[in-house]
Order: sequence, then structure tokens, then C-alpha cells
Amino acid sequence: MAEEQNVRKLVDIKNERLSFFTPAGEVKALNDVSIMLDEGEVLGIVGESGSGKSVTAYSLMGLTAHPGKLLGGTLWFNGHEIEAMTEKEMRKIRGNEISIIFQDPMTSLNPVYTIGNQIEEVILLHTDKKKNEARERAKELLELVGINEPEKRLKQYPHELSGGMRQRVMIAIALACEPKLLIADEPTTALDVTIQAQILELMMELKDKLGMAIIMITHDLGVVANMCQKIAVMYAGRIVEYGTADDIFYHPKHEYTKGLIRSIPRLDTKEHERLVPIEGTPVDMLNPPKGCPFAPRCDKCMKICLKEMPPVTTFSDTHYTQCWLNQKEEMEGGAANE
Amino acid sequence: MSDRLVQIEHLRQYFPAGGYGKRKKYVQAVDDVSFYIERGETLGLVGESGCGKTTTGRTILRLYEPTGGKFTYDGNVIFDVENKVAVDMLPYRKKMQIVFQDPYASLDPRMTVGDIVGEAIDVHKLAANKQERYDIIIEMLRRVGLNSEHANRYPHEFSGGQRQRVGIARALAVNPEFIVCDEPISALDVSIQAQVINMFEDLQEEMGLTYLFIAHDLSVVKHISNRIGVMYLGRLVELADSYELTTRSLHPYTKSLISAIPIADPKVARESKRIVLEGDVPSPLNPPSGCRFRTRCPYADERCAAEVPEWREVSSGHYVACHHYEQCR
Repeated sequence: MAEEQNVRKLVDIKNERLSFFTPAGEVKALNDVSIMLDEGEVLGIVGESGSGKSVTAYSLMGLTAHPGKLLGGTLWFNGHEIEAMTEKEMRKIRGNEISIIFQDPMTSLNPVYTIGNQIEEVILLHTDKKKNEARERAKELLELVGINEPEKRLKQYPHELSGGMRQRVMIAIALACEPKLLIADEPTTALDVTIQAQILELMMELKDKLGMAIIMITHDLGVVANMCQKIAVMYAGRIVEYGTADDIFYHPKHEYTKGLIRSIPRLDTKEHERLVPIEGTPVDMLNPPKGCPFAPRCDKCMKICLKEMPPVTTFSDTHYTQCWLNQKEEMEGGAANE
Repeated sequence: MSDRLVQIEHLRQYFPAGGYGKRKKYVQAVDDVSFYIERGETLGLVGESGCGKTTTGRTILRLYEPTGGKFTYDGNVIFDVENKVAVDMLPYRKKMQIVFQDPYASLDPRMTVGDIVGEAIDVHKLAANKQERYDIIIEMLRRVGLNSEHANRYPHEFSGGQRQRVGIARALAVNPEFIVCDEPISALDVSIQAQVINMFEDLQEEMGLTYLFIAHDLSVVKHISNRIGVMYLGRLVELADSYELTTRSLHPYTKSLISAIPIADPKVARESKRIVLEGDVPSPLNPPSGCRFRTRCPYADERCAAEVPEWREVSSGHYVACHHYEQCR
């Protein structure tokens, strides 16, 4: 049965566990993370810094940095079993079937090579194109991402371009081989709002044009609301709530998701409303609390929350949470129905 | 007039950027900015990076030597470059303070939190003896939600949100009236941002503070400010009551800025049509003639290139600098 599912899905991560073995101790960066993604779908992963959103995406690309180690679970991507692949095999699909855009366009381009050089590199590596064909393709790509005078730009170095332009170049590099999946790791966090709007618009346009799936990693709920069909909310290395954009924004079930939505200031209110913050500080990943990691900050925390990790509560095919409160409600609801 | 605690007139701040003699070049970081802040009020200042909002805040506090303009604080002229007036800042530093953007870089890693907060008390000789100094430090830490045991720790032992609290406690230590908040929450996580915003509001109420709140996030600024000024490339383009500005903005730049903010509501987001600005912000080394926004403005014509739009009050308290604001209504 599992086989059948794998045929359908583009990405199928099951119960991934990943730890970083630091001198100070083991940091359990990912605990039982499961993600599924269809072709052409946009998944948003939101969470605070250190919640494991980037680690999840990086591990799918086989980019887990030392001292990180995959401890369990299966990672399926487009017919490949990522966890069993060697570095050599990984290189063949990285940049080809799966690509990534990093947060900071200032540091992720190589300052000593021209833009053209860096785009061609990907093309020459993954296709049989000749040097001049690669240059043609690079020009096409720059046009595709909305950079004018591509001929001139190809000969320029990254420092000659603005932040928004560099991020466009990054996208061009990522799209060079028309990947099935694009991972965008906070692609607009370092950019200004008006430039952010340009880049997001461009990404959506390209998604429709090329039919790729996108995993969008961000801490900005506004960005996911605008772009994503499905959203995974992460906290302390776990997906605490997963659902469609409507599920998450209109029917949030987990207290952390509710808190996040409450704590963002809105632009369209006249009366001055006080923000409702989530109290406390993010978890110390070296010494995570015993039960639910969010329990110390949760204002509806129960006794059991401090002792055991809650199981998954499923609301629909696409919506689930990990919260004792939801478990309790469901059991009470179930009892009432009987 | 008397309740205007801060009054800025025609503030200019140019930074030299290479070249000699006649060919000397300047970055026009802030050019002809005028506004006032009433006592107990919060004025928000928004704009994209490089628009001069931080420079404005720092120049007011004379952390930079102003190139031009006049600053009156509570009826006293602090500086007036044209008439060569510049008073000794030390007594005024007790009244005006600043909270910096980056809580990781703005605290001395070799000082304990107690000493960081206490330094201002020492400089201004606010404590008669050690016990009194200690009491003030603890009182300040308590105000920002930290406690006495934190006083002996070093900045690296704190999280980002807590460090920002230390930065605020340091600013509060001299019991100021006016605080420049320079992007105080941009470096913090979303769930922590709301905590710090609420704290700013509580402190304002408790201590009757006046804020100049600088940030690039319009929804945060809207939340905390009574009035908002929008800057673009060194100039103020619009200033109005915060609700008025977000709902009835007149300047095309303000409009596009508002529409560029991703709304955390999928249904609204699906329906709304974005105004996406073309291109990038021009270099402040060589800003466009006339209206500085004209290179990206959908309404721009010859007049915008020839004349600098006048800073005018179009309705009570609503200022805008645009030739075509009527069209934008």
C-alpha cells in the first residue's frame, strides 16, 4: 500500500528524525516529521528560528551539515530514496530535479564569478548542452525571471546587482534545469516589502508556467497566506499543526497556531487592539521539556501535557495537530455522539 | 505649540562619499525632513532600507553631526545649523534615549547586564551611592520583565528578546522623556515581537514616554503609532494619522507599500489585487531630479522631473508631497 502512495506523491517524508550532535549534547532538531507534497503544490513551513523548518528542507536535498545525522524515517522524492543515496547520486538530482533558493542573496552567489558563469555551470553540469547553448539558455532564464538587458547582466558580477536582482539570479539558477521541486528558504526575508512583492509574484508566475512544486520556508504568516495551499506549523522540531491555508487561518486547532495568528498586528483595524503575545521564550533545544514542547508557554496546559508527547489528532484528510487538548475534545465529542 | 516635545525643521544629513574638491560626492541620506512629535505621542517612521529613517533618528540625537536644519526640544533649540547653534548634549541625553535595532551588537559582551544599565547612571551621576545605583538597576530590569538575578549575567546568556529588554532597560535608566526606537523588533521572532510591542505600550503609559518608532514593517508601526510618516530616498513623502494613512493614503508610494504587505488572511489575499512597483530604489548618491519617486511612479510626468513636490497639508494633519495626489484619491 505504501508503494501505491509513493507512486502518486512527489515528496513523501515519513517520521523523519534528525539530530545534531554538538559538544554540548544532542539537539533533536527533527522529531517524527512527516510531509507529503503533490506535483505543482505549494507547501508553506512556518515556525520560529530553530524550529527545524530549514533542517527539514535541507535534509530532503541531502544537505544535512555536520554534526547532523539522520536517525530514522524515510525520505521519498520523485522516485528516489534520499536516505539511502550516496553523495555522488545526490549530486545528480541536486540542482536538476530539486533546487533551492537561499535566504540571503548577498552571500549565496559567488562574488568572483560572473552571473553568466554561475548560471551556465548548472546547465553544463546537468545537461549535454554545449558552452554556447548554455549561454543561450542562461539568457533565456534571465529573461524568464524578469531581468532586462540579459546580455549585459551575464557579464556582470553579483556586487553590481541590487538585492532583488540577485534573488532573481538565484531563482534563475534554481530553475535552470526545470526542477520538479523548488525549496525556497526565506527567499524574501532579506528584501524590502516592495521587492518582496515582486519576487513572490515572480515565483507564483513561474510555478504556473513550469508546473513545479514549491516548499516555502518562512516565519511570515502573511507570505504563506498569499502563496501556499498547505501549511505546516513547526515548533521545536515537530509539526504541531498541518492543514490547508483555510484550515490554518480560519480553523486553527493548536494553541501555538492560534497564538501566532493572534500575535500579528493587523493593518485593517480602526480601534487600537492590544496584541496577545505568546508568553515565555522559545524552547532550549538542548534540554527540551519532557512532554509537549509547547506546554511551558501554553496557557491551556494540562497535567498530561508536561508528561507525555500528544499523539496525532486528525480532523480531516488534510488537517491534523499534535495537541492533548484536541485529543481531549475529540474524545469528549466522540462520547457525546455515542 | 508648547505640547510639541520634538520639532524638526528641514533636517538634512549628507554623508561624504569619495571625490575631492568640486567633485566631492555626497550621499543625501536625509533631505529636507520636517515633522513634530507631541508629548506622550508615538510617531512612526516607515520606509525601505536606505530611505533615511534610521539616519533621521540618529541625527536628531546628534549621533551624527547634522548637515542642515533645526531641532527644537521642549521649546529649547538643540541645534540650528543655519544659525550655528549647537548646545551641549550631555544634559539632554538624560531626556532623549535610543533603543537600537540589533540586540546582539548593541550590548558590550564584556559588561554584565547590571553594568550596561548602570553605565548611564554613572555618566549622569544619578545615584548617590552603590546601594542606590543597584536599586535603580533592579527597578529598571523589573520594569522590562527581567529580575535581579539577571543583573550579574552577561549578554550572551540571554535570548534575542531578553537582550532587547536589556537595551530598553538601559535607555530607561536615566528616566528619559523621549526615546528613539530604531527597529527595535526587527531582529526578533514573531511570537516575541508581540511581547516587546506590548511592553513598549505599557512603559509609555507608566512613564509618559514619547516615541519616535522607526521600522520597515508598516503593520507593526500602524499598531503602535498615533501618526505615521513615510520616507522614500531621504525625503518624507506622506505623514498622517495612522488609521488615515493606512486607509486613505494619497501618495502613490504609500499606496504601493501598503498593497505590498502580504496579508495574513488567505481569502483577502486571493481577492486583493497588488500594485507591484517596477524596478529598484535609485541610488541616494545620485537621486532623480524633482520628485525622487518618479522613476517608479505610475503617475509620473514632466512636472515630476522638473519640480520637487511641495510638502503640503491637504487635510487636517495629513501631509503629502506629490504633484498628483488628487488623482490618487
